[in-house]
Amino acid sequence: MTAITLNVIVQGLLTGLVYGLMALGLSVIFGVMRVVNFAHGEFTVVAMYAAFVLFEGLHLDPLIALLPIAAVFFGIGYLLQRTLINPFVGRAEHEQFILLVGLATVIVNGLLLVFGPDARPINLSYSFDSYAVGSMFLDKVRVFAAIGALAVAAALLLFFRYTRTGTAIRACADNLTGAAVVGLDVKQLYAVTFGLGLACVGAAGTLMATIADASPSLAQAYTLLAFTIVIIGGLGSMVGALIGGILIGVSEALAGFYIQPSMKSMFSFALLIIVLVLRPQGLMGRRL
Amino acid sequence: MSIDHRKFSRRGVLAGTAAGALYLGAPSIIRAQTQSLKIAVLMPQSGYLAQAGQSCHRGALVSASVLAELGHKVELIHVDIESNPDVSRTQAERAINEGAQCIIGAFDSACTLAIAQVCEQRQVPLIVNIGAAPQLTEQGYKFLVRNFPTGGMLVSNGLKQIQALIDATKITPKTAVFLHANDNFGMAQRQGMDKVFPTSGLPFKLLESIPYDPKAQDLSVEVTRIRGLNPDLLLVVTRAADAIKLVRDIVRQKFQPMGIISPGAPGLYDEEFYKALGPLADYHIDAIPWANPKSKVTQTLEAAFKKEQPNFRFAVECFNVGFTFDALLIAADAFKRAGTATGPELMKALKATNLTDHAMIGPPIKFNDKGQNVDIPSSCVQNRAQTPTVVLPADVATMTPVLPEPPWQGRT
Repeated sequence: MTAITLNVIVQGLLTGLVYGLMALGLSVIFGVMRVVNFAHGEFTVVAMYAAFVLFEGLHLDPLIALLPIAAVFFGIGYLLQRTLINPFVGRAEHEQFILLVGLATVIVNGLLLVFGPDARPINLSYSFDSYAVGSMFLDKVRVFAAIGALAVAAALLLFFRYTRTGTAIRACADNLTGAAVVGLDVKQLYAVTFGLGLACVGAAGTLMATIADASPSLAQAYTLLAFTIVIIGGLGSMVGALIGGILIGVSEALAGFYIQPSMKSMFSFALLIIVLVLRPQGLMGRRL
Repeated sequence: MSIDHRKFSRRGVLAGTAAGALYLGAPSIIRAQTQSLKIAVLMPQSGYLAQAGQSCHRGALVSASVLAELGHKVELIHVDIESNPDVSRTQAERAINEGAQCIIGAFDSACTLAIAQVCEQRQVPLIVNIGAAPQLTEQGYKFLVRNFPTGGMLVSNGLKQIQALIDATKITPKTAVFLHANDNFGMAQRQGMDKVFPTSGLPFKLLESIPYDPKAQDLSVEVTRIRGLNPDLLLVVTRAADAIKLVRDIVRQKFQPMGIISPGAPGLYDEEFYKALGPLADYHIDAIPWANPKSKVTQTLEAAFKKEQPNFRFAVECFNVGFTFDALLIAADAFKRAGTATGPELMKALKATNLTDHAMIGPPIKFNDKGQNVDIPSSCVQNRAQTPTVVLPADVATMTPVLPEPPWQGRT
């Protein structure tokens, strides 16, 4: 394998980890609540703008702003679920779809009104730096973002595995009736789940802002990307979301390098179709 | 009810009816004998082309006072076409219904084509300020003139300027890669390049033409591919947001070409580009038509722009502002010569335009029988201290070109 190919794969892997974190939020929400967040990409872009505003106003590095932004997004997710989303849980899918698409439209147009259409970069002191590893160049921002994504994903997995609340949420996902019967407060747990899902999105968006320039036009693309990753990885599977993200990141990078850069997205969708045909439940999902 | 015969005599009623019929029957004659020309300026002030459209709009706002200073009488109506061809068509109709005698527009070729159809039907002259699609002057419109190069002309003139740049700086590039957006504009430039480059006589080999997705969030894969080819020159067709991503990834991957040159595309001279990259925006070159810094008309326009639009830099906006001003100047000049604003007469005067003093670099403005000004040269505009600066041709340059570009490391 040539050094350049390895460089392409590693860069793709690093980007894919951040994609995976973004998709993780979607997977958590769907896995527990069976609600598909069609405003996922829009929330990611809001987080990017939040990181931008904190950087411009307070010179706060996004890696430091990650925790407070994630915390705020948890709060937003919690309140959103309690007020707007909860009445739609269990309702027809098309009603959830319209609600969240409407929310997405409001968010994007709100961003356009406030920030305008121009892309907003975060110019960190190390934005233009890279690590030279042999003949490979690894962007510092990408390395840091990937480490951040892994850390957040690991924290979330540990939360679901080792905490009482995490265990209770998993119980709701596994057997809703049983969870209610044993006295778990399902509404409260759903709100926490939605909050956690959006916290993931907040973290992912903050990290993404170091790699890409915030712009309202990214929102739809990110929603589509998150869906592609989650379907490839397996709806409801957190590890699947991460693996899906890495697969997409690497396949896009390799396709762009060896075939045509303008066809990067085509290969993500080709991969999606292959997975749907050969393994419809996704790589790590349970058989339907 | 009784009628007051002192007010309503039969003679009076007949005279009034005749006058009304004359007015309704020949409105254009009456309107044309007005003292000023009513021009509708149709630009995409909102939508995805808002940034450029608003720049042209600022140019139009400032032009009013400059034209008055030059002795022209024009009345401008400013219309937003929302970067949408259907809206362009509707707005053109509406402007003409409200009395516009001439239309200037519209930055985007698709929108301009829609307006051209309306102007042709209504016999109202359209002067294209910016719009490179060849169809505008190839479809036989009789009420259209264009003071802007076609896509093919942009590439051809751009490549000539690259040769002049090589001669002036004595660099010896052996290879180049052409990177372009995979959209209408980028593909039109690519087609121009494919056609013109083989016979251009340039001393370097074009290794590859790489299209990129303008919606991509970064260009790291593209830059890795370019780095693998290791060209001496990188020729790019980008917009500002893409240009930022490109340079950022080039710096990260420590790729140092002799030069990054655009053969006639925006992006490398946008305010957004300078703000995002600072010193890393410097030394890139755009081979593009530009405002003549040594022209008195341009200097007057610049002074007015500084006064009326203090939050914007003329040096950065002069492409859009200059072409918009020249289009308005062409209209005003034709009106003065024609002495009337009737469509066919005004159009005749427009076709006979021979305007020596104007804002953009180049010989006197004249149109061929298709309505195209074929003599709009490009110049080399290099970023220096984050300001686009004319470096070639020498007779209008304010600095000499610098190539190869200094290393990235020293600039941050």
